Amino acid sequence: MSVTQAASDEVLIARIAQGDRLAMQVLYGRHHVRVYRFGLRLVRDEQVAEDLISEVFLDVWRQAGKFEGRSAVSTWLLAITRFKALSALRRRKDLELDEEAANAIQDQSDDPETAVQKKDTSEALRECLTALSPEHREIVDLVYYHEKSVEEVAEIVGIPENTVKTRLFYARKKLAELLKAAGVERGWP
Amino acid sequence: MMALSKKMLEQEPSEIEVLLPWHAAGTLNARDARRVEEALARDPDLAGQYAAIRGEYEETIHLNESLGAPSARAMQKLFAAIDAEPARTPAAPSLSSRISTFFASLSPRTLAWSASVGAIALLLQAGIIGAVLMKSETSTFQTASLSMNEPITRELGAASAGPAHALVRFTPDARVADITALLDSYQAAIVDGAKGGMFRLQFNKAMNQDELTSLLGRMQREKIVNLAVAAP
Repeated sequence: MSVTQAASDEVLIARIAQGDRLAMQVLYGRHHVRVYRFGLRLVRDEQVAEDLISEVFLDVWRQAGKFEGRSAVSTWLLAITRFKALSALRRRKDLELDEEAANAIQDQSDDPETAVQKKDTSEALRECLTALSPEHREIVDLVYYHEKSVEEVAEIVGIPENTVKTRLFYARKKLAELLKAAGVERGWP
Repeated sequence: MMALSKKMLEQEPSEIEVLLPWHAAGTLNARDARRVEEALARDPDLAGQYAAIRGEYEETIHLNESLGAPSARAMQKLFAAIDAEPARTPAAPSLSSRISTFFASLSPRTLAWSASVGAIALLLQAGIIGAVLMKSETSTFQTASLSMNEPITRELGAASAGPAHALVRFTPDARVADITALLDSYQAAIVDGAKGGMFRLQFNKAMNQDELTSLLGRMQREKIVNLAVAAP
């Protein structure tokens, strides 16, 4: 993110803290798609993800005055989104997830074996990325798609920086295993 | 963690290996990026792994981009909720907020110049303070030993002249933080700008022509300052 963009986001937050509705619209327009996609990858339900972004930005409206600018606004937004998404998952009676369980559960709807039939490596890779555990999906998305640094991921997920690095490494190892099961060899590991 | 963790832990990744994804995403600091580049150049296995990571990186972006966007319902719901919130009494914005808002209202280029101006102003402040102190010491000694009819404090004498002003142009790459620091150290504020790329600074103390010239000379030598001249 550029310095100018970061400064503008901070100014928007300052204006939102003063009750500026237009600033809220601008901030929403700037970030809502990424917030939605991050939430959707966690909750896997479009309806829930849409409800989630409304809740996230309503929190921003209410809490803008407490934003201290120690992290980028986008990092703050993703941290709120993650918290809301995990809360939404916990509310789903059929899953009864706590964070620990969420981390361990594989998505049964995304069987990596289905990718075996797919000759296209890119498509198989996307299938396997979807089949990762929530914990691993989350960190892969934050680093690759949301372009968050080690420090920012640590802040969003609430884990030490070294854990961030090793968690992504193991997510990639898992991805490699899924790909191998799907008949895709990439030469690593 | 996961069932395969035990097996994985038998093969701990190297310090460089775990940084490869951030290198692919371009979010490493310069030092780590250089370390990774050097390791990639000398380790073919690592380079092979990096090629795989670039593939993961690309497909993760494609995957996320394919997720689409939320409907307008989400925004309608949000602003309906905001409208239902109790009216909030705007508090007076803090000094830092006002400074941020001022800089944000400028164009990116002007913003960069503003940063430089701030840094220059800080240096001006330091120079002014130093010059004033030196002069003050001299005046105090003369007053006491020679019984001259000079004011005991130079501030009282100078105050009647009003605050000094200067026009400053910052370099395009000057940062806001540098400018802010400069303004603080020089006890100056931007009171107008940027006309023709020049910002008008006002110092919080008066000074004579020699002091101002000396101060602006120092400011002119600052890395983030292109030009600093006295203004009426």
